[in-house]
Amino acid sequence: MSAAPSITPTVTAQAVTRVLSGPLPVTLVRDIDLAVMPGEFVAVTGPSGSGKSSLLYLLGLLDVPSAGKVLLQGMETAGLPADALADMRLGRIGFVFQFHFLLPEFTALANVEIPMRRLRQWPESEVADRARALLDGLDLADHAHKYPDQLSGGQRQRVAIARALANDPPLILADEPTGNLDTRSAHMVFEQFARLAHDQGRSIVVVTHDQELAALADRRVHIVDGTIVDGL
Amino acid sequence: MALPLGLHIAVQHLVHRKRQTLTSLLGVALGVAFFIGIASMMQGFQRDFVNRVINVSPHITIKDEFRTPPPQPVETVHADATVALRGIKPKDEVRGIRGARAIIDSLEEMPGVRVAPTLSGQILLRFGSKDVSANVTGIVPEKERRVTKLEEDLVEGSLDDLYTAANGIIIGEGIAQKAGIGMDDLVSVVSPEGVVMKMTVVGIFASGVTQMDNFDTYALLKKAQVLQDRPNIINRVRIRLDDVEQAAPLAKALEARFGYRAESWQEQSKNVLGIFVIQNAIMYSTVGAILIVACFGIFNVISTVVFEKTRDIGILKSMGFREGDIRRIFIYQGLMVGFVGMLIGWTLGFALVEFMGSIKFTMEGFIRSQGFILYKTPRHYAISGAMALTASTLAAWLPARRASRLNPVDIVRGAA
Ligand SMILES: Nc1ncnc2c1ncn2[C@@H]1O[C@H](COP(=O)(O)OP(=O)(O)OP(=O)(O)O)[C@@H](O)[C@H]1O
Ligand SMILES: [Mg+2]
Repeated sequence: MSAAPSITPTVTAQAVTRVLSGPLPVTLVRDIDLAVMPGEFVAVTGPSGSGKSSLLYLLGLLDVPSAGKVLLQGMETAGLPADALADMRLGRIGFVFQFHFLLPEFTALANVEIPMRRLRQWPESEVADRARALLDGLDLADHAHKYPDQLSGGQRQRVAIARALANDPPLILADEPTGNLDTRSAHMVFEQFARLAHDQGRSIVVVTHDQELAALADRRVHIVDGTIVDGL
Repeated sequence: MALPLGLHIAVQHLVHRKRQTLTSLLGVALGVAFFIGIASMMQGFQRDFVNRVINVSPHITIKDEFRTPPPQPVETVHADATVALRGIKPKDEVRGIRGARAIIDSLEEMPGVRVAPTLSGQILLRFGSKDVSANVTGIVPEKERRVTKLEEDLVEGSLDDLYTAANGIIIGEGIAQKAGIGMDDLVSVVSPEGVVMKMTVVGIFASGVTQMDNFDTYALLKKAQVLQDRPNIINRVRIRLDDVEQAAPLAKALEARFGYRAESWQEQSKNVLGIFVIQNAIMYSTVGAILIVACFGIFNVISTVVFEKTRDIGILKSMGFREGDIRRIFIYQGLMVGFVGMLIGWTLGFALVEFMGSIKFTMEGFIRSQGFILYKTPRHYAISGAMALTASTLAAWLPARRASRLNPVDIVRGAA
């Protein structure tokens, strides 16, 4: 990571609104303004159905706004073709979901290698070393060659975090990553996120229900009915 | 990890679905194997038939017939008028090729063309209490041997023996068996003109073409003319070419030039060649049907995989896989089933052909043979392989396209 702090936010939402069209249009989020700086760890909280996940998909370029725009590292993303958005996700965004979403046919190590093998930025020989280092960093050194169904819930979630980090993305988006974990594991995961932000300068956005965990973040964003009510 | 990523994922998907994968592999393999087996058998038979026909019979036969009746004067004079003639009585001409001498002379001047004049007609062979109807063809041995392979097909006797015996006749093996006639036997030959002649069997031939062996006999041209009561007349000019491919165009040219009907070997074997076309159509549709069934199998497997792998597709897309990457993963699966099925099919097909080649039995249809006549060619492997790969890729296409279009938001939202 470069030492010089950049003034460009990693991700910016400008007046983002997302409406699902249909006979009964549904507004997922409304008029959201948000900027996440490098090295910043943001927690998104709010009642169920308030639009937290929807916001995360928009920030992660999985979904596109109906109005407003999303900038990734200062770059306009509106109107980009699907392939270009996919390429941006591949190199710059790491997702962690509530469920681990590991590919069951691959070992923990192979799962972590997948994004790297798709990006092809590192030579084949380096890919395995990097994957192993990422697993080591998450205390999974002994489990690299296990398949997902041979791992505990917390271990799987950590493998998923290692996978999200594989291509060294500046932005990590996590949607209730600790929803299925016990308190101790959940704390460990959040401490890990804090380190990723503070030690490595990444931007982290984590959705959580848990106020206690949210307190571990640098900043909290509270959403009600699709709008931010309380930025801190 | 040498495999490219997409292929690697595709392999994993199939490996984890062994039973379904094996079933669809088997479908493709059977389609390919059957194609190779059936094609080798049918083409073997067909090519053998054509070869025998080309060897045995003349390449072009000019007959004393016209393809269309000669136009009536009233029709030529009033070409545009609506004229209908009824009850036309054809002139009773003496049949035979007029000016045959000149035709033969001019044909003999063409390079790569050999000519033999003949007179063909119906006869009845009477031997003991048996009557057998047959064709008799009057030939000139020294010309005939340059035009047909009759001499080589003789299992007993020789063409020149036609000269040594007083009234020599050469008969087909089929006739010999049917009537119990052997070499040097004396048979009574009766012609429709009422001429009766005692003839000595001086040769028996076996061409392998059933039709000829059962109906054809040969005598000297002069004797045939006496039998038919048509002195100095010939009604067939038989032609052999160095280049068989020229038969059809040359026949057309000769007909245009001399007016007489000229039939190429293809036209003379039209019925059988037509049956071949039908046979081939049946073969292709049978194999096509097998492959279509195999396709449904592949379609099924890949659709199932796509359904079961919806979550994985969602994560791969959110990770940054493009639509094309996803599509490729599933197309690869179809291709792999097609490719491996093709290899297994080739092996089975090869074994099938070898097995058929080892079976011995006597067959008598258009031709007579011992066992299957098999034609082995890499083309059958190429065609069946191409069909298998195309079919399996097509079968994979639809589910692959569906997978690539899945919306990752719907998937991750639905699963959470
Ligand atoms: N496809 C859809 N059709 C209709 N409504 C939808 C659809 N997707 C989401 N919604 C609605 O949009 C709102 C926001 O959903 P979202 O998943 O963003 O909420 P959330 O804050 O993540 O909730 P939770 O905490 O339960 O995960 C919800 O009220 C949801 O019912
Ligand atoms: Mg949610």
